[in-house]
Amino acid sequence: MPELPFPLPPLPTAPQVVFIMIAVLAVIGSLTVVLARNLFHSALGLVAAFFGAAGVYIVAEAEFIGVSQVLVYVGAISTLITFAIMLTRGMMFGATSPRNRQSGTAAIITALTFVVLVALMRGIPWPQAGEPITDGQAIIAGLGFAFVNQYVIPFLLLAMLLLVALAGAIMLARDRK
Amino acid sequence: MNWSDALIQLQYNLGAPQELSWLVEGITYFIGAFVIANAALVLALLLIWITRKVVSRIQDRIGPNRLGPYGLFQTVADAMKLLSKEDIKPTSADTPSYLIAPVLSVMGVLMALAVIPFGAGLIGADLNVGVLYLVALGSIGIMAALMAGWGSNNKYALLAGFRVVAQLLSYEIPMVLAMFAPVLLVGTMRMQELSQAQSLYLGPINLGLGWFIFLLPGAFLIYFIAALAESEQTPFDLLEAESELIAGFHIEYSGMKFAMFFLAQFLNSFFLGAIAVALFLGGWQGPFAGQVPLLGPIYFLAKTFFIYVVIQWIKGTFPRVRIDQMMQFAWKVLVPLVLALILAQMIIMKLPLPGWINSLLVLVANIAVVLAVLNIMGNYFKREQVRSKRAFAPKSLIGTMQPVNSSAGD
Amino acid sequence: MLSQWGFVLILSAIAVIIPVAAIVLGHFLGPRRPDPVKNETYESGVETIGDTWVQFRAQYYLIGLIFLIFDVEVIFLFPIAVAYQNLSFFSVIAAVTFVVILILGLFLEWRKGALEWS
Repeated sequence: MPELPFPLPPLPTAPQVVFIMIAVLAVIGSLTVVLARNLFHSALGLVAAFFGAAGVYIVAEAEFIGVSQVLVYVGAISTLITFAIMLTRGMMFGATSPRNRQSGTAAIITALTFVVLVALMRGIPWPQAGEPITDGQAIIAGLGFAFVNQYVIPFLLLAMLLLVALAGAIMLARDRK
Repeated sequence: MNWSDALIQLQYNLGAPQELSWLVEGITYFIGAFVIANAALVLALLLIWITRKVVSRIQDRIGPNRLGPYGLFQTVADAMKLLSKEDIKPTSADTPSYLIAPVLSVMGVLMALAVIPFGAGLIGADLNVGVLYLVALGSIGIMAALMAGWGSNNKYALLAGFRVVAQLLSYEIPMVLAMFAPVLLVGTMRMQELSQAQSLYLGPINLGLGWFIFLLPGAFLIYFIAALAESEQTPFDLLEAESELIAGFHIEYSGMKFAMFFLAQFLNSFFLGAIAVALFLGGWQGPFAGQVPLLGPIYFLAKTFFIYVVIQWIKGTFPRVRIDQMMQFAWKVLVPLVLALILAQMIIMKLPLPGWINSLLVLVANIAVVLAVLNIMGNYFKREQVRSKRAFAPKSLIGTMQPVNSSAGD
Repeated sequence: MLSQWGFVLILSAIAVIIPVAAIVLGHFLGPRRPDPVKNETYESGVETIGDTWVQFRAQYYLIGLIFLIFDVEVIFLFPIAVAYQNLSFFSVIAAVTFVVILILGLFLEWRKGALEWS
């Protein structure tokens, strides 16, 4: 085998290939959200982006968070968004233009955020990939243990927050008589 | 021995290079997924045949009996017929959501196959979050219903889509909380471990009869009712209410696209039954399943088909409920009861008492819940019976008028 | 652990290919006789009047909101169930308090009539 003048880049590993596929899905979904002329298509793009985020969590071996992402965001929040779209009558008619007067400002802010994020990511000393996790169950159990031990106060505050949200939901969504 | 380990070992023995381990694993998983998904398609044909046979027997008919033995090939012929139908897309439909919806609905159902434990070592992927994974798949079905209803651009389809979504959302909560009870008991979300925990040792012999239904009948009953609603079966088949909503959110679908929704619905009720078996009815456990591994899948499928036939029995005998009754039943009966149940279980299992007293107390709490649910349902159906009798009683006076007693005035 | 999700990925690919293949096959096997009347929206034989995407009742939105809140609750409960064997009695009381607060929320909904489907 003849010697190459330069080293070949290493082949991507299987998780990397999967990550690229998921990332493409998430990016296409996000672009649909911004660019679709139909509001319902934007909502569908959002669902695709949520699935992409769940996939990224799972590739990062955070399967509990990945599944929770699907459960809460795809199952509940996107349904809620669709309901909200259908409840606001004006938005359902015809195609809404994805551009308005603020699109220029939004583009500038998005670009700046992107630059800041890239700069941050380059600066952070990322931990090297360790050994693959073999006992994922222990991680979930640890999470449950932490909820009711170290983090018991935030945990109960969260219950209060959910209660307040429930009360607010009634006030907002009840038919006015 | 896991099926995937066995298959990977076989490939290495056949001379697959060690450095291509990702390819070997991929081929293994592909074979497994391909076999199981296609088996599910054949299974669906069988399920439709079972439904027809059971329901027609209940209605004093014979059902399909011409094609093949016992009419077994009738559903194959029907599938062929659907395949040869014209592919119609309404002009006003919203193309992307109209076309993606049937695909998503089948996908959401077929993916449940990954975590169903058919036997010892016979599970696609024993995920650490198995139970939650199954619940998360339900949200794909919700999206499919919304997309079909919206994409068809039909008033009835959209109305039915909304109703279905409200139904699926409302019954998902009691279903998940009922699945919580066995998870709490074993301390794992892995389907295989949950099945394994339902063994019963008599000395060294595993009788395989430590089914959770004997300890948690209340949780099982609530799971079963919620699963009926999740798979849109009678008495919760509002979306199929032909007289009100013509056919549901798939009214604008025909040919193969309609067949996909049909397939998803039948497979979904079978898989929800399979989950009930894995969580509450001992999974593949049974007498001598430990000694003879082949018995495991046989037990599992036998139990699941039994549950499926029970669902069809309910389909043949129960009246359909109204949407307001259905929503109130979920939120005012099932959710409070199942919350009380898991609270009781959480407290009782930590009481410093001997283990058997704890179990007994849990059983008592569960039986109380079973009695409460049965009482509420019994009262409801009794009331409905009285009302329908009244509704069908002759209203006009013509048939009921009595001749005037002419001698009354004398 | 990740390789198990590999199975899920491959299964999901197959679960997409099967219905797509079936629909495409049906598309090519079936006859194609398009007809403007046939492709109209079905409404029991009557011509459709008005827009399909009419405004919907706020009740659906409320059900969605209640579902979201209980969904979040369930997600917090499942790790506790997995850790349950190692928890002390007082930790379990904390978890019970969490559930009780949400039951209060459910009764609040009930009292306010948010669960009625009129």
